[in-house]
Amino acid sequence: MSKVIEIRHCRASYGENEVLKDVSLAVEKGEFIVIIGPSGCGKTTLLKLINGLVVPTEGEVAVNGRPLPDEDLVAVRRSIGYAVQGAKLFPHMTVEENICYVPGLKGKVSKGEKRRLAKKMLELVQLPEDLAIRFPRQLSGGQQQRVGIARAMAAEPDILLMDEPFGAVDEITRKGLQEEVLALQRKTGVTVVFITHDIGEAFKLGSRILIMKEGAVWQEGTGEELRSMPKDEFVKRLLCL
Amino acid sequence: MQLMEILWERREFFVTCLLEHIRISLTAVLCAGVLGIAIGIWISRHKKAAGIILGIINVIYTIPSISLLGFLIPFTGIGNKTAIISLTVYGLLPIVRNTYTGLTNVDASILEVSEGLGADKRQMLLGIKLPLALPVIISGFRNMVVMIIAMGGIASFIGAGGLGSAIYRGITTYNMTLTAAGSLLIALLALLSDFLLSRAEKKVNRRYGIE
Repeated sequence: MSKVIEIRHCRASYGENEVLKDVSLAVEKGEFIVIIGPSGCGKTTLLKLINGLVVPTEGEVAVNGRPLPDEDLVAVRRSIGYAVQGAKLFPHMTVEENICYVPGLKGKVSKGEKRRLAKKMLELVQLPEDLAIRFPRQLSGGQQQRVGIARAMAAEPDILLMDEPFGAVDEITRKGLQEEVLALQRKTGVTVVFITHDIGEAFKLGSRILIMKEGAVWQEGTGEELRSMPKDEFVKRLLCL
Repeated sequence: MQLMEILWERREFFVTCLLEHIRISLTAVLCAGVLGIAIGIWISRHKKAAGIILGIINVIYTIPSISLLGFLIPFTGIGNKTAIISLTVYGLLPIVRNTYTGLTNVDASILEVSEGLGADKRQMLLGIKLPLALPVIISGFRNMVVMIIAMGGIASFIGAGGLGSAIYRGITTYNMTLTAAGSLLIALLALLSDFLLSRAEKKVNRRYGIE
């Protein structure tokens, strides 16, 4: 099995404040990694190491076997899907333009191609085709989130980073979105790194779960392993065992 | 009534003045627009320089227009050139300030997403930042256009053409009606431009969902 993402002994800080203290992580192709942990434990920072939005002060990050700083960051990012809480769609673009954003960054995309791609991606995230011409503000929160996932997946990335993507939607919508992401992952085989606050979501989605505390990986394993062998009181409390 | 009469009787003179006024204003609007947006973009990337540049432009703005024209005469002489330069300099403030404000107020989380998805610096500026700042930039542009048209009236005092010459001639020959006619045309030109630009502004805002 090849390592798609490798993070070796990384530290990262914002100014004086060190948010990651010696974190290592290796992700294999097709894994669904879920990261959980209390607020401020460095989950988002860890995720941003992978697409180079955060540069480690120490340590090394490699994507597809190539170390990040040596690579053309822009090209690497275009091969990594990125979806965040609240979707953060581009408000001045239609749904279709949002979905076709990354292919458009790589080069000119014809109108016909855009329409085809938007149709295909909307189908993948189970949205009606006629939403393509709407603007983000005309969509519900759940719909926006789906478009956000479609935008992240449009350029057929082999890695998908998701930072609490379902944090801002209601419970029922969230359940539906979880099923869809699981189906999408099975269908495309994309490697996913997923951050959540929701323990149930973590157990449901993760092929492997990473528990973080104070800028370090505290315990990791499959849902089964964590449930049967929580490392300490902190893990027990976090997992509500 | 007198006003209408004079406008009709000397229509050729007024049309010449009006066209000249439009030509001078339009040149200054283009210069100030291009220069102002460029400066605005540049200082949005160089935050340390932003305070100084905005300060300088603010100070220039406080110089009475008639004395700025006077200052420029030794360097650029009298006539349209000096008028266009001073109108450009005055027009800078609203457009630079609004471009800067618009660009720096774009939602940082949206910019981060575009960066994370693989946009380079140019694509972020042209595809995300400028379009999202557009409503603010257009409102600054509108300010600038009205100001340049109105101030264009003073340019005739240093020998430039335009509707100011009607005003100036009216003052020097005690012809109040002539002065009033020139002023009226300037006001109408400014109002019309403002109206047209407000339509453009509304159109952009509607696309962006701002009502």
